[in-house]
Amino acid sequence: MSSSKPSENFSLEALRNGDRNEFSRLVEAYYAMIYRLAIKMVGNPQDAEDILQETFIKAYRHLKDFDGRSSLSTWLYRVATNEALMFLRRKHPEQVSIDEPVDTEEGEMEPVQIVDWCCLPEQELLSSEARLHLDRAIDVLSPSLRVAFVLRDIQGLSTLETSEVLNLSETAVKTRLSRARLRLREELSSYYKERLAEGKQA
Amino acid sequence: MNDHQDCRQLLGSLSDFLDGDLESNLCAQIERHLAECPDCKIVVDTLQKTVSLYHTDVEQDSVPEGVRQRLFRRLEIDDLLDKGL
Repeated sequence: MSSSKPSENFSLEALRNGDRNEFSRLVEAYYAMIYRLAIKMVGNPQDAEDILQETFIKAYRHLKDFDGRSSLSTWLYRVATNEALMFLRRKHPEQVSIDEPVDTEEGEMEPVQIVDWCCLPEQELLSSEARLHLDRAIDVLSPSLRVAFVLRDIQGLSTLETSEVLNLSETAVKTRLSRARLRLREELSSYYKERLAEGKQA
Repeated sequence: MNDHQDCRQLLGSLSDFLDGDLESNLCAQIERHLAECPDCKIVVDTLQKTVSLYHTDVEQDSVPEGVRQRLFRRLEIDDLLDKGL
């Protein structure tokens, strides 16, 4: 399945007037994209489904206020991202809010894992166990780093689009993305290092 | 790492380096360093692989059965399922 965005061929007038047919076309075009964002953000299918449903309920209510300055997909991403972050805040109120500056604790850490695991075969890198580990590694990231990584590297948005969704500068997006990627590289290196060792023993 | 000072300075730029977002002189500086520093080369290669694995992983993800139907029902547009596509 491709993560590329559907083309934006909707009548804004019909959507703003609450046209059910046009709204159902919008839901059809974007529900999978929003579900994938939600599942990567919250990690649980039931919670992801709730976020998906709330996103489109809110979208239907607020489409009349959509000013068309951003694309519809960016606007939907913003609604969905806010839902996901609100959910995470309710679940983990102690974690850093997206609005707060990224503190020094989240700064670049020196790479610890220096193991070249790129040579592992693809079926090992993306085995069902490895894919579970990829998901668990995302959960280690704080919500503010996670959301930048999910939008930019998983959903494939540009830095500019990500900055529009999150209402951050492009520089702030790049900083968060850099920290998220380096953190994930450490997590993945710890995991694949073991797979390399197993391969050598076999 | 053979020159820790250099390695640390480059660390914050590696992500932009992968995205091709760096000015050419900084890009060349990183490439020169990578040619001499096997540890940093591993960091860059595994960083790139990390990003590409997540990209491939999501392309294999599918939405569980029933999610679409339940969404249309919740939005009270289930009479329009599979129409006008």
